[in-house]
Amino acid sequence: MNRSAPERVTATVSRAPGTTPLGQAAKFTVLFVLAALFLLPMYVLLVTAFKPFDEATAARAWLLPQSWSLQGWAAAWDALAPGLWNSVQMVVPSAILSAVLGSMNGFVLARWRFPGADTVFTLFLFGMFIPYQAVMIPLQQTMVEAGLMGGLFPLILAHTVYGIPICTLIFRNYYATIPHTLIEAARVDGAGLLRTYRSVILPVSAPVFAVTLIWQFTSAWNDFLFAVFLTGPNTWPVTVQLNNVAGSMVVPYNQQMAAAVLASLPTLVIYLVLGRYFMRGLMAGALKG
Amino acid sequence: MSPHVAQAGAGTEGRPRPRTPGRLHRMRVRARTWLPGLLMVLPSILLIGVFVYGMIGWNTSLALSDQHAPVQDGSFVGLTNFAELWQESRWPAAVGNAVVFTAVFVGGALFLGWFLGLMLDKGLRGEAAFRTLFLAPMAVSFIATGVVWRWLMNPAPAERATGLNALFVQFDLDFLVNDWWTAPNMGMAAMALPAIWQLSGYIMALFLAGFRGVPEELREAARVDGCSEWGVYRHVVMPQLRPVTLSAVIILGHMSLKVFDLIIAIAGQQIVADVPAVYMWTTVFEVRDPAKGATIASYLLIAVAVFVIPYLVWTIRKERSEGR
Repeated sequence: MNRSAPERVTATVSRAPGTTPLGQAAKFTVLFVLAALFLLPMYVLLVTAFKPFDEATAARAWLLPQSWSLQGWAAAWDALAPGLWNSVQMVVPSAILSAVLGSMNGFVLARWRFPGADTVFTLFLFGMFIPYQAVMIPLQQTMVEAGLMGGLFPLILAHTVYGIPICTLIFRNYYATIPHTLIEAARVDGAGLLRTYRSVILPVSAPVFAVTLIWQFTSAWNDFLFAVFLTGPNTWPVTVQLNNVAGSMVVPYNQQMAAAVLASLPTLVIYLVLGRYFMRGLMAGALKG
Repeated sequence: MSPHVAQAGAGTEGRPRPRTPGRLHRMRVRARTWLPGLLMVLPSILLIGVFVYGMIGWNTSLALSDQHAPVQDGSFVGLTNFAELWQESRWPAAVGNAVVFTAVFVGGALFLGWFLGLMLDKGLRGEAAFRTLFLAPMAVSFIATGVVWRWLMNPAPAERATGLNALFVQFDLDFLVNDWWTAPNMGMAAMALPAIWQLSGYIMALFLAGFRGVPEELREAARVDGCSEWGVYRHVVMPQLRPVTLSAVIILGHMSLKVFDLIIAIAGQQIVADVPAVYMWTTVFEVRDPAKGATIASYLLIAVAVFVIPYLVWTIRKERSEGR
């Protein structure tokens, strides 16, 4: 179906540029089929999560629950609550720290440059792409030797440091659109770096803070790799606990699916409510212009 | 799951100046203006210097040593570990799996994302709703995605079938019933499906922005020249999308090479779905061999670096030459 679609659309559209009714109908058909495919996993998640234990079986896999039940949700909540709390405690400070550092860096790299600023920026950017595995063993060893492994600090530190590159990039691109004259004017008035940052830059930064905070919140919340290396049973964030719940063969499907929804709820709600900012984070710098 | 490319915009202050008399004095004056800036970035320079580059250096020296147990000391053995990996059977198999996964995932997400972007480009009623839906999986963790897709791709045979297999049986599409990710050779192609589901909305958003970045006058000019609407896409819009496509390939490719969460959530550590990142995890936590774990990590770093570094350098050069 996918394969034939472009031609079909072409055939109708090329007759009259823009939108013929037939072309629109073909497009809608294709899009609805794709939307249904995209919704399939979401349907499974919700339907299974609301089934009682005895209904979460292979035979009734695709059917709606005969009796809607919260058993799965209750069990999932019990299993995940500590992880959810750990995640909150870890994500909030690291998102704030990355955003603040990113804002400072972005300002300097865009509008108060020093010799070698481009090199520093390039080296920062590469930090965005490196596989975390490449630092994991030394990082873990350092934390063990420093006696920090019992708490959330190692994970907060890792997310903060690895959030700096993307936050710097987002802030820098935004600050680059602030007119030079505005900053020159502040300089002429005798404002130093900090004054300029505080009185010219920070007041216009609120939307970008929203973008970076949301970005950092989402990526730290969804991270699994740093978490398995840098936390233990008492500090496991929600992704690790979800994997433990789902990975064990004895946990019924309704509880697994309810747990997956619970673990995803905070980021999904942010996406649905603040989608505009989420999008800007996604697009940050991925495009020219 | 992030990344992105550099974008323009920095000023011209940092450019090198010609040497002239009085340079020293001028430099001192200028230093007074740029030094505070450097100090403001210094905390980040230190953090990234230590926790990114310092740790990479440490990891590299570990990979070049024979420290095969956590407590023992290691001495320099050159590239021995790097060569030895290829002599076992597990490592080449894991690399092969990663290659299949990458090919299917990058190709699939790129095509589907491009196609969705194309469908939505012309401003359609309900566009926002479709966009929100296709992009929603991006907000969810690979672990959560893995939980539901493991259920969907359950390989149990017909009578005990769940997930998609059960659906196929129900609709008399038995020929579609398959082993999914547990199939010995092409299992990793099935493993790429959840990843495509998760990322193609992102690629759609990139292409959509790309399509809309093409000035309407350009399209109009082609139409006046007698181009069909498809011809406009083919000859006017597509060539302008090369940078977007490159960004998309880099983003997908670097995620794909280090894929870990998704595999763990769907297959655990089963050998049939082994990839380098999972092998590294086993090596560190179960085999407890730091040197070998560091070697695998180094290979992952190299695999990502060989295409990301040229890309970053290219982007920053381009940005400079555009004089922004």
